[in-house]
Amino acid sequence: MSETDSETRDAGFDEWLDAAEEDRAYYLACPNDHGSLPPRRVCPDCGATELEELELPESGEIQTFTVTHVPTPAFEEDAPYATAIANFGPVRITGQVVGIGPADVETGLEVELEVTVSETTGERVLGFSPV
Amino acid sequence: MSDVRVAGVGLTPFGNAPERTSRDLFGEASIAAFEDSGVPRDDVDALLYGNFMGELSEHQGHHGPLMAEAAGVRAPATRYESACASSGTAVRDAVMRLRNGEDDVILVGGAERMTNLGTAGATEALAIAADDLWEVRAGMTFPGAYALMAQAYFDEYGGEHEDLAHIAVKNHENALNNEKAQYQSAIEVSDVLEAPQVSSPLGLYDSCPISDGAAAVVLTSEEYAEEHGLEAPVSISGTGQGGDRMALHDREYLARSPAAREAGEEAYADAGVESADVDFAEVHDCFTIAEVLAIESLDLFPIGEGISAARDGRTTADGETPINLSGGLKAKGHPVGATGASQIAEVTKLLSGNHPNSEFVEDATTGVAHNAGGTVASATVHVLEVSE
Ligand SMILES: [Zn+2]
Repeated sequence: MSETDSETRDAGFDEWLDAAEEDRAYYLACPNDHGSLPPRRVCPDCGATELEELELPESGEIQTFTVTHVPTPAFEEDAPYATAIANFGPVRITGQVVGIGPADVETGLEVELEVTVSETTGERVLGFSPV
Repeated sequence: MSDVRVAGVGLTPFGNAPERTSRDLFGEASIAAFEDSGVPRDDVDALLYGNFMGELSEHQGHHGPLMAEAAGVRAPATRYESACASSGTAVRDAVMRLRNGEDDVILVGGAERMTNLGTAGATEALAIAADDLWEVRAGMTFPGAYALMAQAYFDEYGGEHEDLAHIAVKNHENALNNEKAQYQSAIEVSDVLEAPQVSSPLGLYDSCPISDGAAAVVLTSEEYAEEHGLEAPVSISGTGQGGDRMALHDREYLARSPAAREAGEEAYADAGVESADVDFAEVHDCFTIAEVLAIESLDLFPIGEGISAARDGRTTADGETPINLSGGLKAKGHPVGATGASQIAEVTKLLSGNHPNSEFVEDATTGVAHNAGGTVASATVHVLEVSE
């Protein structure tokens, strides 16, 4: 990756990570109450184009998880780590579970967002920590 | 509407050949397909070619014309990219073009060069079939995504790793006689259970290997086959495609594949068959859990029962509905862009009695090929039948 690439932000996504770091995480809601994640101009469920940023519920519940031992090179130093899908109500989100051993992660665990960094690259990583 | 005939099929061995370029691989597969078909290269109207990671693995884009050249075909050529369903979608478009009379002969296939990337590089390349912002950057890998589905399946419908192990054992068993397969070695349930973890609950033996290989298929209209007296007893009688949200977390179900169900229902209706008519299937078992989701999506087993089908002997070679008689992606290998076309080749050989495992499906008239992309955000299903 060139220097320019790594300095270029991904519109919508990096703003969302900024917000999550400041405990202002949000989701996009359409007039028909479908929730989705940015960057997005159209509701993927109904095609509505009026999307509003609404506050994401403070905590979510882990619906499924895995402990990855063979990572991509971007997470070489991080493995083994747990990745989970957590249900926050209007949206579900994929994140890395932090603040707890991978072996202690389980379905039903209540978590909140915690933006962390990859030990390998120093890049921001969307994480979940137990409430 | 006229049927589409499979005039000839060709495969390279699937396996570890890091030095071979995809043009070399596809050249070999196409030679075999033309020899098998008896169709002259001059009659080919188009090449539809599947490939997923060419830019990453060999710094090559624009595969279409390069592969036409490799196959010795002077015809317009287009690359199809739908992750692991790349050549499945190419086959589907070929079928539709032949049916509507646009073309008479199409060379369809795919290739992938993967092992030169090494395990880490291939893991990274495969991961881009997922949502980069929301999945890959959170550390999700391709095996990790299927592991999330496996865990969700266990929680929702039951089952355990040992059930999945029986699927791997079965597919290795089926590959023993397949000289093109990457693995022609038997394994036991204990091998699967004791293998190193890749992404829990999936281990090394739950995963398909990283493979190099190519597949090519010569398809013709029924009119062309009859006019030229081709020996082409197998037709593609049904085609279907389904789609789903890109990220797994955006799906309605974490332990089902609605895109494959949609593709299957469309293909069955198109062919005028029902799932009960299906004698055997080649399904996309990139991970053991994927075979479970596939056979349930194809309505070959009720939801929640696919998990025990291999263990109960219902999908083994001598079972009621043999699944992956080729060895599947698990043992035959999974050169991503070649997989969909290779499944068409295997089903054709099984139906025409030219496969080392044909004895298990001697009276079969209807086979199905199921090809999935990513975590099944893309899926194609084709029904193949022995023509009357
Ligand atoms: Zn909506």
